[in-house]
Amino acid sequence: MTSLRVFFLGGLISYRALFSWMTPSIFFLILVVQPVFQILLFAYIGRAASVGSDEFYVVGNAMQYAAVPCLFAMTQTIAGERFQQTLSYILISPAGRLPLFLGRALPVILNGFVTAAFSLLVGGLILGVRFPTSVFGPLAVVVLVATLSCTGLGLINAGLGLRVRETSVLSNLLVGILLIFCGANVSVSSLPDWMAAVSSWLPLTHAIKAAREVVHGSSLTDVQGLLGRELGVGVLYAVAGLAIIRFFETQSRRHATLGLA
Amino acid sequence: MMRSLRVLGLAWLLHVKMMSRSAFDGLMAVIWPLFYATVAFFMFRTGHGSSSLGPIGLAAAVMGIWTAVSVPASSALQRERWFGTLELLVVAPRNLGLILLPITLAASTIGLYCVAGTLIWARVLFGIHLTIIHPLFFALGLIATVLTIASLGFLMAVSFVGSRRAWAIGAALEYPIWLVCGFLVPVSLLPGWAHPISWALGPTWGMRTIREAAYGGAPLGPLLLTLALAGVYLGIGVVVLRIVLDSARKRATLSLA
Repeated sequence: MTSLRVFFLGGLISYRALFSWMTPSIFFLILVVQPVFQILLFAYIGRAASVGSDEFYVVGNAMQYAAVPCLFAMTQTIAGERFQQTLSYILISPAGRLPLFLGRALPVILNGFVTAAFSLLVGGLILGVRFPTSVFGPLAVVVLVATLSCTGLGLINAGLGLRVRETSVLSNLLVGILLIFCGANVSVSSLPDWMAAVSSWLPLTHAIKAAREVVHGSSLTDVQGLLGRELGVGVLYAVAGLAIIRFFETQSRRHATLGLA
Repeated sequence: MMRSLRVLGLAWLLHVKMMSRSAFDGLMAVIWPLFYATVAFFMFRTGHGSSSLGPIGLAAAVMGIWTAVSVPASSALQRERWFGTLELLVVAPRNLGLILLPITLAASTIGLYCVAGTLIWARVLFGIHLTIIHPLFFALGLIATVLTIASLGFLMAVSFVGSRRAWAIGAALEYPIWLVCGFLVPVSLLPGWAHPISWALGPTWGMRTIREAAYGGAPLGPLLLTLALAGVYLGIGVVVLRIVLDSARKRATLSLA
């Protein structure tokens, strides 16, 4: 029961604390306005370059933008605690680390889901891309899987946040890498072989491919292989993230450097 | 006059040094546009082949100047407020504009690192060789673009002084300016209503100057327009700053936003 309480209540309070600096208007600017303009930017570049369709860029960029809340908010749950000087209190508490950090991941996943779904809808409306209503259900599942796997990467980022001071730089770098590698704007088949090989080990790559197939009429059963791989990648990152958090927590205790990064 | 120039010069140098050492304002300003440049290179190479990449390399390089300015400029006053130095700067005997302008000018100068970085990136990874027909106009175009973007940043800095979400507004403006100024997408491809917005923005003409200088067009007209718009932004910025400061003094709200 205590673990469940830490999971749900701790996660909720931590998420609400994000809004001490992230007011709803900032949420609107960063997670509503910006993804829509990212979609427009790449859709127009696509038109100028005569490559891809508007639908290709709407789906790719809406999904890719799910990475932003997943990476930034997840990292901020640790970096923010350090900034507010509450990190030590959390880490000396007897709460289990798994519910403590996974609880913080839950609202982040929902946040990423809402961002991607909204971008998909609004981006599509602006560019005149119509999705049949029958694809909304399967698409929602794909978006959810994508945000789950991105949050896995976010956990790694959060763990590194125990050691690295410039967490926002780190998050931006990861978002940039995903932008190039995960097939949001350049199909993986057009990338050099080594990049394509890397992309299959990154979150979002399989989910974006699955989303495009779903939009073209595939069912969830047709894309279950892709979703399975996406989930697998996410779980891999989440496990690695929790291990990194544990490792750096131990190191920080040993060297008394918890608040110093 | 000499004192004002000294303040401008010294403050510019100080902020360039500080930003160069900041991972976010310095390193990220150089790296962030490279991600977009890389995606654009792949997209244009897929669509038009390698021969089309020259102008894209140039555009991607200039995009970085705006990236370097948009967030630091819009949050410049907010940052001083956090540091607790805003009141000191406001009551200093020099006009606050002379203290703010070097911040945006420094950010814009950092953007030049990005120009160099992107051109090297384009050459090394994508084999894009840039041949410049009018080197003098190219250099003038770059300087004018830095100035116009710095002035636009100055206008943003003073306009958002009362807003706690200034940095987010700056971040949200990054893509729209890239798009509407025709860096990677010709303005003619955008909807008609966006054209006047594009013409009113200095970076549009700065980019046109650089392109015309590089590929042998008529860069003088766009160059003059770039500089003229920089002057307009500065003029409006000075007026807005006076209004904003008067209001903040009357209501005693300078440190409250």
